[in-house]
Amino acid sequence: MSNPVREFTKGIIKENPTFVLALGLCPTLAVSVSVINGIGMSVAATFVLLGSNIIIALIKNLIPERIRIPCYIVVIATFVTIIELLMKAYSPALNRALGIYVPLIVVNCIVLGRAEAFASKNSVLNSIFDALGMGIGFGLALVLISAIRELLGSGKILGITMFKGFEPMFAIGMPSGALLVIGLLLAFFNLLKKDKV
Amino acid sequence: MTDRLIVAVSPHIHNKESVRKIMWLVSLSLVPAGAAGVIIFGWSAFWVIFWAVITAVVAEGILQLLTKKKVAILDGSAVLTGLLLAYNLPSNVPFWLPIVGSFFAIAIGKQVFGGLGQNIFNPALTGRVFLMACWPKYMTTFVNPGYDAITGATPLAVLRHAKMATQFSYWDLLIGRHGGCIGEVCILALLIGAAFLFVRKYISWHIPITYILTVGLLTFIFGPNGYFSGDWMFHILTGGLILGAFFMATDYVTSPLTYKGQIIFGTGCGVITAVIRLWGGYPEGVSYAILMMNAATPIIDRFTKNRIYGTNRNSSRRAIS
Repeated sequence: MSNPVREFTKGIIKENPTFVLALGLCPTLAVSVSVINGIGMSVAATFVLLGSNIIIALIKNLIPERIRIPCYIVVIATFVTIIELLMKAYSPALNRALGIYVPLIVVNCIVLGRAEAFASKNSVLNSIFDALGMGIGFGLALVLISAIRELLGSGKILGITMFKGFEPMFAIGMPSGALLVIGLLLAFFNLLKKDKV
Repeated sequence: MTDRLIVAVSPHIHNKESVRKIMWLVSLSLVPAGAAGVIIFGWSAFWVIFWAVITAVVAEGILQLLTKKKVAILDGSAVLTGLLLAYNLPSNVPFWLPIVGSFFAIAIGKQVFGGLGQNIFNPALTGRVFLMACWPKYMTTFVNPGYDAITGATPLAVLRHAKMATQFSYWDLLIGRHGGCIGEVCILALLIGAAFLFVRKYISWHIPITYILTVGLLTFIFGPNGYFSGDWMFHILTGGLILGAFFMATDYVTSPLTYKGQIIFGTGCGVITAVIRLWGGYPEGVSYAILMMNAATPIIDRFTKNRIYGTNRNSSRRAIS
């Protein structure tokens, strides 16, 4: 019916979780202050997404219809706990920078949304590719937003100063700047989509 | 705002006034304050105004071309936005500051919403608050008049630190002999421009007078030495209150349509300004007050709609909802 390649590529552009589905905006707003945070967040979310998609696709026939959401949450929370403990062990600095937003992946709309909309209705193989595509789409969006915000908000990319004498715009590094950047990027991608149709 | 601009049921009377003419005349009424600013702070003030206005007009033209709208850079609204933004900046800012601020004001403050008449917030104040959030260092470093490059505090900042600011006489405050933003210091010049707008009936008393009276009253009641001891005249004559009350709070697009609504709007601006000045983190709160009330304008309009002629109070209320 549907092939894995299409499930993989749709998440990157056509159904990009951030710019098209507008899911998972809270972590996007909060952690996109610097590119390294963005990368860390997207790796963590992709790991959780992959794990939960596989498990839910495997056990989808065992889950009773009426309590499916709690079941998804338990599966997702397991993977979030794994990634949080891994992060605390191997990169405590990143864990501190991301703070509460690592445990909050449990309620990330992308993860829950893919479980409900995709993994619970599709095969394991397709779910794996769906998770990878969505994860990469989320990662690209996060890197793009955080690169713009880090460049304007502190004049750096990945901690390296880009221009000499550039006066950083504080507001872009603050939450208001995140809303502004995401809003303008959403408008830009909508414009591209409109031109294509 | 005058009677003839109220949105009402027909019959309507056609009038020669146009948005274009009003925008240019409001800009003209701001010229005395700008001239006073240049005299007080020197040519650096002129260049700030120059860059702000040029950028506003160019940005408006470019964005209207890009969005395939009619290019209307000569309707005066962009010039007015640039002027008002420049009047809200200190004179010693680097030249790129008014450029960035003006571009932001036009692009995010106005064109994003669909251009003239569609914006929720006053564009010039949007630009100013953005600059304030991005580069607070430049936005709060003022020079004293006469001596270039000697930084000085605004009277309100002095008041904040020392509780009293007795070195400023009312006359100094009236003619603008103190540190501050380019267009806000010379109250006399601003009042000349405002008087012109009143005579031409481009603004009504409702917003500015309620705004200023509310600030005066609250700063008098909650004075530094107990109740009813505040120096209300000092609060009225300092900061951006006069500029904000007459020229920015009265912006047609972002203020309520009816007189009743305008009185609520003016009072609200006054309360927020006084609260920020007396208890807030910043010495001045005019721009934040006006922007907050801009956000409340749609709901004020909704509840102060004029009754449609021939309906009773109850049925008109039903018509609103």
